[in-house]
Amino acid sequence: MTAITDTNESTIVVEQASGSMPRHHLVIFALLLLLSLAAPFFLYPVFLMKVMCFALFACALNLLLGFGGLLSFGHAAFFGSAAYVSAHAARVWGLTPEVAIILGTLSAAVLGAVIGLLAIRRQGIYFAMVTLAFAQMVYFAALQAPFTGGEDGIQNVPRGDLFGAISMRSDFSLYFVVLVITFGGLLAIYRIIHSPFGQVLKAIRENEPRAISLGYRVNSYKLTVFVLSATFAGLAGATKAIVFQLASLTDVYWTMSGEVVLMVLLGGMGTVFGPLVGAAVIVTMQNYLASFGAWVTIIQGCIFVISVMLFREGIVGVIAKWIRKPL
Amino acid sequence: MIELLGIPPQALFGQLLLGLINGAFYAILSLGLAIIFGLLNIINFAHGAQYMLGALASWVLLNYFGVNYWWALLLAPIGVGILGVILERLLISRLYHLDHLYGLLLTFGLALIIQGLARNQYGISGLPYTIPSQLAGGQNLGFMFLPNYRGWVVVASLAVCLTTWFVIEKTRLGAYLRAATENPTLVGAFGINVPRMITLTYGFGVALAAFAGVLAAPIYSVNPNMGADLIIVVFAVVVIGGMGSILGSIVTGFGLGIIEGLMRVFYPEASSVVIFVIMAIVLLVKPAGLFGRTA
Repeated sequence: MTAITDTNESTIVVEQASGSMPRHHLVIFALLLLLSLAAPFFLYPVFLMKVMCFALFACALNLLLGFGGLLSFGHAAFFGSAAYVSAHAARVWGLTPEVAIILGTLSAAVLGAVIGLLAIRRQGIYFAMVTLAFAQMVYFAALQAPFTGGEDGIQNVPRGDLFGAISMRSDFSLYFVVLVITFGGLLAIYRIIHSPFGQVLKAIRENEPRAISLGYRVNSYKLTVFVLSATFAGLAGATKAIVFQLASLTDVYWTMSGEVVLMVLLGGMGTVFGPLVGAAVIVTMQNYLASFGAWVTIIQGCIFVISVMLFREGIVGVIAKWIRKPL
Repeated sequence: MIELLGIPPQALFGQLLLGLINGAFYAILSLGLAIIFGLLNIINFAHGAQYMLGALASWVLLNYFGVNYWWALLLAPIGVGILGVILERLLISRLYHLDHLYGLLLTFGLALIIQGLARNQYGISGLPYTIPSQLAGGQNLGFMFLPNYRGWVVVASLAVCLTTWFVIEKTRLGAYLRAATENPTLVGAFGINVPRMITLTYGFGVALAAFAGVLAAPIYSVNPNMGADLIIVVFAVVVIGGMGSILGSIVTGFGLGIIEGLMRVFYPEASSVVIFVIMAIVLLVKPAGLFGRTA
């Protein structure tokens, strides 16, 4: 299966095989950190936390789609199931938020291993259909399972006390916890992309038969990146459940899978910072257009069409072309 | 009253019939997907939305223009098919040189737009469509009660599926189509207008979906989301059957519908996931699908 990237993109994304971060990436990370530290003083913290959760979710998908060349149309399964598990752990078992989030993330990793094992047996378009179908299966399971609360979902999840000591009731203190989780996740993904593992992944994306002939066990690489991607998606979902004190069917539905694909596509597949921009744009749009109902869906559809037809590099991809540096 | 395995036959055959009807829709939709994929190499994510448009068109034709069911059965597929042709010419045809996944993303976007517009206009509560008077009522077969309309749906979809199979496998036109699926450049060299054939094929696949939509309108209420969930199940059907064979799509579609219907009798909790479980098993045993050609 050929890669999902345009050929001209691969000339832009020239990566350093060594572990050190290029200076302009360091500057962007530092600016992002400063911006996020200042932001809650100007903007509504819950909105910012939503942006951060979805940014992490989109980066997780980008790890699989942009760097592994595998389009999963079912990532809501991992996001949503982690949300359910962490909500259940916090509310019914009364666990502290960090334990609930870890449990949710782990469950997404396990689910990722199961679905990944089956899905990597097909390639390209079939891979997308298989992941979508399994995600729908998870949705039906969530609809019927006794502990998910059916149509209502799990509501009023307590935010609890971090490590049993620090109260998370104020949005402000929770904000900084979410910031640490998101940044930790982003840096981990960045590290994976630029590791030798990430380089092999890129080789598989560009030319799978060649990678096989070089002796790489392609399927174990694909499975590993699938599980990693599912795990980070789970981390995002589990955190989201604690922030919004809610896990619902929306989190596992196919529209959620579509939304996160849109974020990655809009921001720029295979770029480091694209998914962050995509997530910020889409979440902001949803926030402002929430009262218009179906128009949100229509506009998202239009963004899909425009992105595919006119700028497949995405926002950050286009900027990277201008400044001639990989972003 | 006789009972089979503790299930009254009325319930058993009733669910079997329902399964057969669902299977008919799976068959028509997966057939359309397979034909489109064969020639265009894209998965038409908008297929579910186009199925919904077929149902919606028949409702609009009846309620605003007084056009009856039988004319809708002809006009709605033609109308939706023409819309498909326009979409193919304007948008999809520009993506053939790219990775297939862009076609999937584009048609997903189109599906969102179509469903969003329909929801804006008609809301999410279902619109009722009455069964045409000629097909109202039903037959008592002794072991079960067969509503005429449901019998008609099974017969009509079987007829459409088999006609499509005949045209593709047994006629000259179908031979061109199969040849273009194998090697479009060579077929073009023989003087056949391949791009036009691709456009018409997309239009035909879309029209099939709309036809299924019209058939479905009197059974399920017409609502903007009716195609969205269905198409995901159809994707699973396509993965199970593989897209290599026309007859394979038809057999898989009907077969899975019947299995789903039986599941609803014997173990209802699992009926909504049984097709996905079968998909998992097929992926383990024969990843290319039951009728798939290459691994």
